[in-house]
Formats: sequence, structure tokens, C-alpha cells
Amino acid sequence: MGASRTADNFVVFEKVQKSYDGETLVVKDLNLSIAKGEFLTMLGPSGSGKTTCLMMLAGFETATHGEILLDGKPINNIPPHKRGIGMVFQNYALFPHMTVAENLAFPLEVRKIGKTEREEKVQRALGMVQMGEFGGRRPAQLSGGQQQRIALARALVFEPELVLMDEPLGALDKQLREHMQFEITNLAHELGITTVYVTHDQTEALTMSDRVAVFDDGRIQQLAAPDVLYEEPENSFVAQFIGENNTLLGKVESIMNGNCTVSLDSGEIIDAKAVNVSSVGERTLVSIRPERVEINKSRLMEGAHTLKAEVLEFIYMGDVFRTRLRVAGKDDFVVKTRNAPDQVRLEAGKIIELGWLPDDCRALDA
Amino acid sequence: MTAIDPPVLTADGTPLKASLRRALRREKARAFLLVSPLLFFVLLTFIAPIADMLFRSVENGIVHDTIPRTVQALRNWDPGESEVPGDDVFEAFYTDMVFAVERKSHTRLGSRLNYERTGLASLFRKSGRRVGKFDTKDYADAFNTLDPAWGNPATWDVLAGSEAANLPRTASAYATWLEVIQADGDDPLGEEPWDVLYAALFSDLMQAPAGGFASPLLNDAQSAAARFEPISLREQFGAIDEDWLDPQVWRTIQTYAARYTPGYFLNSVDLKLTADGVQYRDEGDRIYVLLFGRTLYMSLVITISCILLGYPVAFLLANLPLRTANLLMILVLLPFWTSLLVRTSSWKVLLQQQGVINDILVALRFVDDASRLVLINNQTGTIIAMTHILLPFMILPLYSVMKTIPPAYVRAAKSLGATDWTAFWRIYFPNSVPGIGAGSVLVFILAIGYYITPELVGGTRGVFISNRIAYHISSSLNWGLAAALGTILLFAVLMLYWTYDKIVGIDNVKLGG
Repeated sequence: MGASRTADNFVVFEKVQKSYDGETLVVKDLNLSIAKGEFLTMLGPSGSGKTTCLMMLAGFETATHGEILLDGKPINNIPPHKRGIGMVFQNYALFPHMTVAENLAFPLEVRKIGKTEREEKVQRALGMVQMGEFGGRRPAQLSGGQQQRIALARALVFEPELVLMDEPLGALDKQLREHMQFEITNLAHELGITTVYVTHDQTEALTMSDRVAVFDDGRIQQLAAPDVLYEEPENSFVAQFIGENNTLLGKVESIMNGNCTVSLDSGEIIDAKAVNVSSVGERTLVSIRPERVEINKSRLMEGAHTLKAEVLEFIYMGDVFRTRLRVAGKDDFVVKTRNAPDQVRLEAGKIIELGWLPDDCRALDA
Repeated sequence: MTAIDPPVLTADGTPLKASLRRALRREKARAFLLVSPLLFFVLLTFIAPIADMLFRSVENGIVHDTIPRTVQALRNWDPGESEVPGDDVFEAFYTDMVFAVERKSHTRLGSRLNYERTGLASLFRKSGRRVGKFDTKDYADAFNTLDPAWGNPATWDVLAGSEAANLPRTASAYATWLEVIQADGDDPLGEEPWDVLYAALFSDLMQAPAGGFASPLLNDAQSAAARFEPISLREQFGAIDEDWLDPQVWRTIQTYAARYTPGYFLNSVDLKLTADGVQYRDEGDRIYVLLFGRTLYMSLVITISCILLGYPVAFLLANLPLRTANLLMILVLLPFWTSLLVRTSSWKVLLQQQGVINDILVALRFVDDASRLVLINNQTGTIIAMTHILLPFMILPLYSVMKTIPPAYVRAAKSLGATDWTAFWRIYFPNSVPGIGAGSVLVFILAIGYYITPELVGGTRGVFISNRIAYHISSSLNWGLAAALGTILLFAVLMLYWTYDKIVGIDNVKLGG
């Protein structure tokens, strides 16, 4: 039992709370288990408490309440330099007065590792991030992407089992960022390191992680694999924070077999999946992904409810069409359709009917 | 092959380069106009005085300007014989002195020469009072008896023109006499010729070939003068003071006759220029090398104590929350808002033997009442007071550099396994070195030229070279020496700056940002 337990619970947050001023909680009752070798992302808007959680794990902040366990041992009272956790900082924090090789050798030096072994490990780590040639340079002589790689190599060179990354790609341009996302995940999986990654970029979170913890208001709103998170958001915050979303407000009319009918404020009736509603008459926020809205009536289920919609704007985006419509009194309803040869291009002013599969339309908390 | 490209033209056909130049000229003129008030101010009040000071440290025109004839005559005197110069020198000196006394410039010359040989100031002053009463009056009487025309300045005027070639001394003396009379606003024709002119005439007549003058008046005077009893000016001067018969006096005058002299600089490093070349000053008179050494040494000590005291404060300032840091910053800046004199005087109160610090130490029985610490009027006092006064100049650059060191560096170091001390010493400290450099340069350069504080609390053993400079500027009035000392100090600072640039690199000096 013990072995599998530590494998699943390599890092554990137990009822962790954090307050800076003794009046407000920045982190409220955090419970989280991270498995060995897992790539977990903490995603959330700024001020949601995700960075504070990371800093508590690294040891730069102390938990006001609760326990943090690493490999089964409580680490609350262990200073950062004894935790053996690798960390990549937002602006890399490479030491400007040292060369790249000296930067990498630093963690080995403080661990009193011999010179030859040190050099060997530094070379290996540089090779790992394809920066073998750059050992003699100063950080200031490197580009942003190269500095990023060095920061990564430095966090990995002393072979930690856990690596923390605090928005490490924030300063890079889009193309480089996408490339580095790929490299970081590959490296983490190859080396089998447990990674906790903090970001506010949802694309980054979805593409890189095994699991994503969505933070808001000091709590984890949902902890799930990326696909689950996107397709099955558990509450309206997650639904709105992850990806694009159409929302409609209404009242639950009936619940049956996990599905429900909702009467919108405009009086129209729609079908939805009852995710976060429990009783008839409850207020609800219904969420539908733009790409799951169907404008071809023939593809809908028999007897499905449909809504009338007026086309307000048609935007050609290359791979997709984006159509803005007025639905149920709201004029920010968006439909995304694939640019296929048989796809209709809707013209502004046209009145159409649209609908969706009940599974794609989730009735959440209002 | 080498076809020249046609010049690029603007839309209306003028060459692009000319057009650009015109466009930039206005920009440049505007920039110049904006800086010109400050530029002129600095040129006038800063650059010009410095240039003047540099010039003064070698300038020595006073000897040549005051006694030009003597300087000329001394060229032919060989000091090696260690004998008193000949009559020609005394004759020239007599003429020079008479006019110098009239212009009241002989005392200034005396003071100047007194720097090089003590006693000359009083010798000149004394001689100035007596030089008008020489026996040369006899010559005047004799010539006037011979022909009353000699009493008329017009006669002299004509002869100084027509017979200048045969009467060089007379012509030159008459020219100076005219200047002196006219400078007083008097009409020369209404004056009686002075004795000095008759003495010069006598000398000229004696040395001119017999009967070689065009004017019969002169030929008559020449034959008559041969029967005059000659007056030895050497004896006349010797009668005033024995020192005029001391060859060393004349050697000093001769040595410092040049318009430019390295003498002040040699004095500044405890050497002196003598007729026999450059020599060390007497053991007891050597103070400047000691003072320069002490100034450098104490400035270094002050700089180091500023680093030791300022670094922790700057560190705290940079790492405290903003509100607390601001409060602390006010405390750091507080000394800036108090007068320097007040601060220094309060150190006098604190440090003296019956002062606050000693009283407390005695009350706590750390020191015996009989052996109270001597904390003031010595080097300790200067170091304590100046460290306090210069501390903000260390803290501020340090603080602004430390402010730019991201906290992530230390965090990164700790996450990589470094203890607090290792993280500080290996990561934080090297990044704060530019601040130490900037602060040290600032404090050291300020300390090296400090003057008021050492003057007040330094006693005799705690004074700096600047106090000596101030002494020469305001008390001894030896501006040349003050200028030479200042010049050496200026170049010492420039050298330090240069060395610092070579070793650390001036780009590494950061005052923040």
C-alpha cells in the first residue's frame, strides 16, 4: 500500500490556507494530490492564489494553516535549500555575473560535488536542452528562448524529483512559446520528473498538462484532465475561463435522466445537461461551446428545441467562420463553423434556427 | 566601372544631404541654446577658475615684472663664484626698486621671494623705506650745478629720444619714470627729475666713449662727471642691510627670475629649487608628502567604514516594505537637511574628553575617569565625523543598485540548494558590487578634498591636504603653492578615476536604473 500511495501522492496539500495580513485568505482550504511523474498545471487569473501555492511548495512562503507533504514527509519547516526542488522562474533568474556553465554548476557546487563530475553533469544538462556550445557565454548574451533553456537546464541539473515552473514562457513570443511548450513536456516525461507548472495561459495549460487545476478566489474550481476540463466544465467559472463560450441565463423547468429543460429569460425553452443544478425552479447559467452549436436542423435530434437567431455579423477567419448572432435577446452569441466546401456562409440580417445536442449544452450554477 | 552615383535629391530638387543638414542644423542650434546658459555659467565659474589655478601653479611673472633690469643684469652674473654681483646689478636693482616702491609692488615681490628664502620679505620692506634717501641726491645736485637745463624734464625727454643708443639706462629709466608720473595723473613737465635718473645718466656717461655724443650738453656733462665722486650703490644697499651683500640672496632672486617655475610643485612634494638644482627640504620642513599620504590613507579608511556601515542599511532599505523603507530613507537623508557645521559641531560635543560619549563610558565604568578616550582633535575624530557625514553618499548608490537586483536571484539560489549565506555571498553580493564601486568613488573623492570637518575636529594630526591649501589661499597668501597642491590633488583624483575605470570599468558604476 505504501509504495502505491507515495506514487499517487508524491506531493500533497492538506487543508492548506494562506493569509498575508491575517484578515483575508489568499488560499482557502487547498487539498491537492500530485502523482509521481505527473505534469500538473495550476491555471487561473492573476490573484487567484496559484503562485502563492507554488511558493509555499518551494518554501518561499509558509502555509498559515495546513500541511504540505513531499514524498510522504511534511515539509512546512524545511527551508527551501533543503527541499531539493528544482525551480524555473518567470524571468529565468539566471545569475548575470556567471557564465552559463557557472550557473549550471552552482547547484552542484553547493552540494559539494567534485569538479569532474560537475563538469560532466553540466555538459549533459546543456546537451539536454541543445545548448552544448553556450557554456562560456553570459546570460545577457543569449536570446530569451536560449535563456529559458538554460533556466530549465539549471533546474534539472541536480536531478530533482520535483520541478516547479512559474510562468516560465511568459516573456517569449508566440512561436517560440509553442515550441518550448513542446520541449518542456517532452523533457519532463522523458526524465519522469514531477512538474508543477503555473500559468495564466489556458492554451499552455491544455496542451502541456496531464491534469489542470483551475484556480479562482483561492480555491481549486476544477481539477481534471485538459479534455474533461474543456468539454465538461463543472461550474460557470471554469466554463467561462477555459475556451470560448456562449452563456444563456434561465430557470430549470424539469429534470429527467440527467437532462433538463431550461426556460430562458426571453421565454424560450432549450434542452441541456443537468450538471450543476439539482432542483426545478433553480436559476441556471447554460453554456454552449461555439463549435457545438448546430445550424443544420437535420443533424439535430428528433423533437429537439431550437432557437430563432438573427445573423448580425459574419467573420471569415480562414480555417473557421465565426458568426455573431442575436439569440434570446443577447447579441453576443457566437457560432464557429468549419470552413468546409459545403458550409453555408451566413449573411447579416438573415433569420435562422439553431440548436444543439443536449450533452453539449451544460446547465451550470448561475 | 567606377561610375559615381548621382546625389540623391529631395522632391523639389535640392540634394538630400544638404536638406538633411539644414534640418539638423536647427535641431542642433536649439539644443545648443538650451544648454548654453549652463555652459557659459560653468565655463565662467568653474572651468575658467580651474584653468587659472593650473596656470598659477607655474606662473612666476612677478619677479620679472617688478625688477626687470635686475633680472636682465643677473643673467651675466655667475653664481658659482659665490661673490656678490657687480655694480651693474646694484645699479639696475636701484632703478627697479625706486619704481617698485613708487608702485608699491616691492612688498609683494618680497613676500613672493620670502617663500623661497625666509627674511626677504622684511629685507624688501626695509629697503623700500630707505631706497629714496640714497646719496644719489649728490649726482642730481652736481648735474644741476653744471647746467640748470638738467632740472627740466624736457631736456631728458629730448635726450632719451635722440641719444637713446648711447644712454640705454637713462632712456629706459626715463620711460618708466614717465609711466609712473602719468599713472599718478601728473604732468611730467611740471615735475623735477628724480635722483634715480641722474644715477642712470651718470652710469651711462661713465660707460659711453668720451665725446661720442651729438649733444654738447652731454659731452660737457660727460667730462664734468668724470670728476664727480662716484657713489657705490652696492655700499648704499649694504648700508641698509648686510643681507644685500649675501650672495645667497642674489642666487635666490636669480633662481626665481624665470616667468614660469616648477618651484611651487617642488615645494608641494617637499623639494626645493636652489641655485644648485633640486634638493630635499630640511627634515623639519617636510610636511606635504606626509599630508598627501595621510589624506589618501584617511580617505581610504573613511571609505571602508562607509562601506561597512552603509551596506547593511542599504540592504535593509532595499528589502523592507515600501512604507517602512521610506521612513528609514528619511532617517538616512536627515543629515543632508542639517547644516554641515551643525553636524560637525555636534560631534565636537559628543566626542570631546568631557563630552557625552566619554561621560557615558565612564559612568558605565568601561573606562577610568583618569584615562578618558581622546576621540577628537586627532585622526579618530576626523574619521568618525567624516564617516557620518559621507555615509549617505555610500548608502544612496548602494540602495539604488540593490533595488534593481531581482529578489528572484536569491530565491533561485536557495531553490538550487544554497544556504542563506551562500546565496548572499555568491549571488547577491557580486550583483551589488557596482553600487559599492559607485559609492566608494563618490565617498573617496569627496573625502580627499574635504576641508571643513578636518579643520574643526582634526586637530593637528587629523588635518588633510585641503586644509593646507586653504591655509595658503587665505592666510599665507601663497596662491602659487596652493594652486600646485590643488593641481596635484586634482590629478591624483583623475588618476584614481582612470585606474578605477581600468580595473572595474566605469560602465559598472551604477547610481540606479
